Parts: sequence; C-alpha cells; structure tokens
Amino acid sequence: MDDTTHTTDEFVIKGIAAAPGIAMGPAYLYTKQVPRVERKPILPDEVEAEIERLNAANARSEKELRKVLAFAEQKLGSDSAKIFEAQIMILTDAILMGTIKKRIAAELINAEFAVTDEVNKYRQMMLASPEEYMHERARDVDDVVNRIIRNIRDQKLFSKLEGASIIVSETLAPADTVIFSRNQILGYATDLGGVTSHAALLSRSLKIPAVVGLHSATKQIKTGDFLAIDGYAGALIINPGADTLKILQARAERFLAFEQQLAGIAALPADTLDKKHIELSSNIEFAEEIVFAQLQGSEGVGLFRTEMQLIGRAEYPSEDEQAALYAGVAEAAFPHPVLFRTFDVGGDKIAPDGQHEENPFLGWRGIRVMLDRTDIFLDQLRAILRASTRHNVRVMFPMVSTVTEVQRAKALLKQAMEDLKRRGIKYDTRIRVGVMIEVPAAAVMAEQLAAEVHFLSIGTNDLVQYLMAVDRGNDAIAPLFQPFHPAVVRTLRHIVEAGHRKNVWVGVCGEMAGDPLATVFLVGIGVDELSVIPPVLPEIKKIIRSIKLKDAKRVADKVCALHTEREIRAFLSSIIKNKVPEIPFDL
Amino acid sequence: MIERTVTICNKAGMHTRPAAVLVKTAAKFKAELTIKKDAFEINGKSIIGVMTLAAEKGSSLILKFDGPDEESAAAAVVELIERGFDEE
Repeated sequence: MDDTTHTTDEFVIKGIAAAPGIAMGPAYLYTKQVPRVERKPILPDEVEAEIERLNAANARSEKELRKVLAFAEQKLGSDSAKIFEAQIMILTDAILMGTIKKRIAAELINAEFAVTDEVNKYRQMMLASPEEYMHERARDVDDVVNRIIRNIRDQKLFSKLEGASIIVSETLAPADTVIFSRNQILGYATDLGGVTSHAALLSRSLKIPAVVGLHSATKQIKTGDFLAIDGYAGALIINPGADTLKILQARAERFLAFEQQLAGIAALPADTLDKKHIELSSNIEFAEEIVFAQLQGSEGVGLFRTEMQLIGRAEYPSEDEQAALYAGVAEAAFPHPVLFRTFDVGGDKIAPDGQHEENPFLGWRGIRVMLDRTDIFLDQLRAILRASTRHNVRVMFPMVSTVTEVQRAKALLKQAMEDLKRRGIKYDTRIRVGVMIEVPAAAVMAEQLAAEVHFLSIGTNDLVQYLMAVDRGNDAIAPLFQPFHPAVVRTLRHIVEAGHRKNVWVGVCGEMAGDPLATVFLVGIGVDELSVIPPVLPEIKKIIRSIKLKDAKRVADKVCALHTEREIRAFLSSIIKNKVPEIPFDL
Repeated sequence: MIERTVTICNKAGMHTRPAAVLVKTAAKFKAELTIKKDAFEINGKSIIGVMTLAAEKGSSLILKFDGPDEESAAAAVVELIERGFDEE
C-alpha cells in the first residue's frame, strides 16, 4: 500500500465513513509545521529589540490560544478545552519567560533559539518519563513552542490555504479545530480514526463530509492534488477521472434527493407496515452530539460510550465530574432512555493507567478491568445512579464472558446503591441493567446471562471479530471480517431468541445496526432495539417503515439457510432494492 | 535556607491543576523554591517545571526554600501538599 506508485491515475483509498456527503476539490495537506530553528548570534544593542519581538509574539500567541480555548469550550466541552488552559499557563510562565529573556541577553542569541533550547530541556524530561500522559504533555509543549516561533517570525497560520479545500491530515487534535473556524473546508480526511473521534464529531456537527481511518493518505497526497471524498461509502479518491466524477455527482444527487425525502421522517415512529415498533436510538460519545441525534429523530441514546471522557487524561474522572456529565445527557434525552456503557477500556481503547499487553483484544479490557479496579467502577456506578432520578437511565456492562462476572458487577451496583442511600442521595432503585454480548462465550450463554438482567445489547463489531478470529484492523485478512457470515447471522438469531425466552429485550448497538443491508434481517429475527450513529438514522427508519414484520421474518429464515456471506449479501441487497427502491444503494 | 521532604498523597498526583495551585502558592512569597525529585531539580515557581516533575502519588520531593519569608513559605507549601491539594 505504501509503495503504490501513482502518476495522474485515479486511485481510491478506503476508510471509515465519518460524516455523510460528497465533496470534490483541491487537497490541503495539513501537517504539523515543525519550524527549523537555528542559533544565530545577535549584537548587544539588538538585545532589547529581540526581547521586544518575543514579548509581542507571546502576546499574539496568548490571544490566539484564548480564541481556540473559547472555540473548543463551545464545540467540544470544557474537558477537551483543558489542554489549552495548560498551554496558556506555560505561555505565561513568568519564570520560564524570564529565563529565556536572560539567556537572550547573556548569550546574545536569537529569541527563537532561546525559546526552543530552553523549553527543550523540559521536553526531554517529559519524553523520558514512562507515563504516556507526559508524552501527551510534551506534545502540548511542542504546540506552544511552535506557536511562539511562528509568531516571532510573524507568520500567519494557514497562509497557504487559499479558497475552499479538502483537508488531509494525520489526525485532528483539538488544537487543530481552529482551522474549521477560519477557513472554508469542503471535506475532511484523516489517516487515523476511531479512537480520536474529534474529527468525526466536529465534521458531523458542522455538516462537512469526512472519511477517517485512511492509514497513509497524508503520505500519498500533496497539497493541490484534486480529490473527491465520499462520506457515505467512506472512500477518498485521488485524481478522480471524468467518469468517476460523473458517477459521484449522480450519487450525490441521489443522496440529496433521498435526504430531502427523509426530511419529514424524524417525527414519525420507527414502525413496520404491520405496526411492530422498533426502538431506534443513537450511539454517541459526547454530550454535545445529542442535539444532532434528536434532530435525526432518535428515540434516546442506545449506547453512550463513557470511556470517551478518558481520552488524553492522566486519571479517571471523579464521581462528581461523571455524575454531572451523565445527568446532563439523561436530562437532554428525557423522556427517552439513555444507556450508559460502563468504561470499556483496554483493547484499542485508552485507559489512563493502561498497560502494554501482548494480545490486548484478548486481554484485560471492559468489565475485566472494572472488576479488578472496584474503586473506579464504584465511582462510575454511583455517578450513573445519581443521573437516574428521572427513571430514564440504563446501565450496561461490556466484554462480559461469564455469568459470574455479571453477578459480581450487579453486587457492586448494589453496593453503590447502598453508598448513595447512606449519603441520602436519590437514584432509580429499579434501574435497568444489561449485558453487552460481544464475546462468543456470552453469545452461546445468552439465555443464562439474560436470566440475570433486563436486556441484552449485541456489539456486532467485536462479536464478528471474535467469532471470525479476524483482527479488523489487519488489511491482509480484511475480507474475512464478514458481518454477514452465516455463523454471524445464526449467532445473532440465537442471541435474540435466547433473550426473548427469558423475557428481556434484545438490541443491537454495533455497526451492523446502522448498515441498511442488515435492517430487514435484524427486524426479522425479532430485534427490539437498534442503536445507530445519528447520520444514518433516517435511512434505517425509512427501511423499517417500508417492510412488514411477517415478510422480514421470512427473509431472516432464508438468510439463516444460506451458506456463504456472498449469497447472503446478494439476497439482502435484492430485498432492499425491491422494498425500498428509492434508497441510493450501491455500496 | 530550609529544606523539607514531602510525599505526594493525592490520588491523581501532581497533574495540571495541583501544579498550578502549587506555583500560585509559592509565588505569594519572596523566598525562592527549588523542588528536587530523583535527579531533577526545578524552580517551584515555574509551571512548566512543576509539570515536568510528573510526581505521581507516593513520590517523594525535597523542597528548598530560600529567602526572607522562607518559614511561612515552607509552612504554606508543605501544608498544601499534605492536604492533597484539597482533592479527594
């Protein structure tokens, strides 16, 4: 992949669709500018002017940072904004700046070198630390130094960005959000994606098409290259030819027409033609996303990923801090329910005190971590309970593989309730408790697990990965990651039937819930709830409203009788084309 | 000059907020504050320095106060650290 030679030929990089829409335009490669700084001697009578340049640059840097801070607070919440406060503190550190000025005068050196060299001492120590958060901090320090130097040189940020562009970058740090506030951005493409979902969140809330997880896009693209970005299919096309552009244009028009058709659907229930109601809710990671989810017609939150608060943090948030966040989300969603999944750390997910493991996906993650770290788990359970006073809060345990784990987690939940009772704090004594089914052992034991709880929610991404023994991040075996493999569809049916035998509802919160190809099948096997990313919600609702439960059941029976993924996909695709012909479906 | 040895006792250690509070407290006094942890020695009135220490819970710091009000400076800073920066 990295060695792909490309001239003027068109080629496609597949990524993950992060925000819907299609955009075409010139690329702007946004890389962290690392200025080259050299030591230059100055004359004694230049010292004063040199210090003056530094003072002016610091003042401008502080002004910029305060603007970024305000923007980040407004768009990303005060937590993400905290790093800018730390950057401002470094910038206004009187001792640090005093030392730098003394060095300019004593050593007769240029301000740029003095800043870089002095700060570098601290940077080296930070990088030498075994703590991951210290490395993050070293990057913050880099940001501050680069900002000062750019301002000493009197350079404007993004002088090169003229006119509308598609931004291509490695990742989008909160610090980069300022580019969105200042420039006309047509689309957004990043190498990384998944863990750092700031890119996805921002582009969705600003309605900019985005594709993330493109691996090496920044290495293959130069500023000025002509690009097309397909935020529906999750593809980036470099040097698209006339034919491709025509196809994309037509696709964009079909999607727009379909979107207009869907405009009124937000207010309508997700009922099949024969009146079976499906609870259609959304997966969100940040409290700010709930407004967009509601606009899309979401019935509450079917998966709130609480571990997203941990990104970039050195420690777990306190009970009070979490309680404030959860209560805000529960209040915003009321009267609809919110499902809080307890910290799912480990695997590819950040933990403040995470440790290196040979095989993290088969390692210490999800409930396994929380049952070992009961102090952290109890903080979180109490915080979730405190948000439950209006009876619309659900709690779910991830990565469960045994009945005993569920019993232990429930015992801790009970302990958390008793703590609150002692403190005289109110909570919902009948809070709904559920298990996420993503480990094959849990899928097999779904009925026994269901006997312990009020609901099951299927996490299809991990379930497929574990069932197929395929690392979804490994390109070499990507074709084996088959959400429609016969083993997967049969397992899904088994879980739903097992749950229903114990009279608990069964939902799906993985990517499959938001895949239009899967909807008829999932309704057919009797799924009660689908939790999807907000952008695809109207489309999924449209499909539900276009089918009858009894037909969907027949489709599900047929699917479970087929032998290969290819056959299942072809069959489901023909069903969609027949039942919902207006859907722009050619994925 | 006075020297004191303290142990960081708050759960999260000397992260950004406690570092800022410590610097602010030290800045109220004329006395210079030097903090030593392992091989590092930094100026206790500099936020970047205190952040760099990465002093987690349980780590031991040597504080040196030097100046006309070193007694009261030492009392205030040591008490702050022993209170765990008023965090839980």
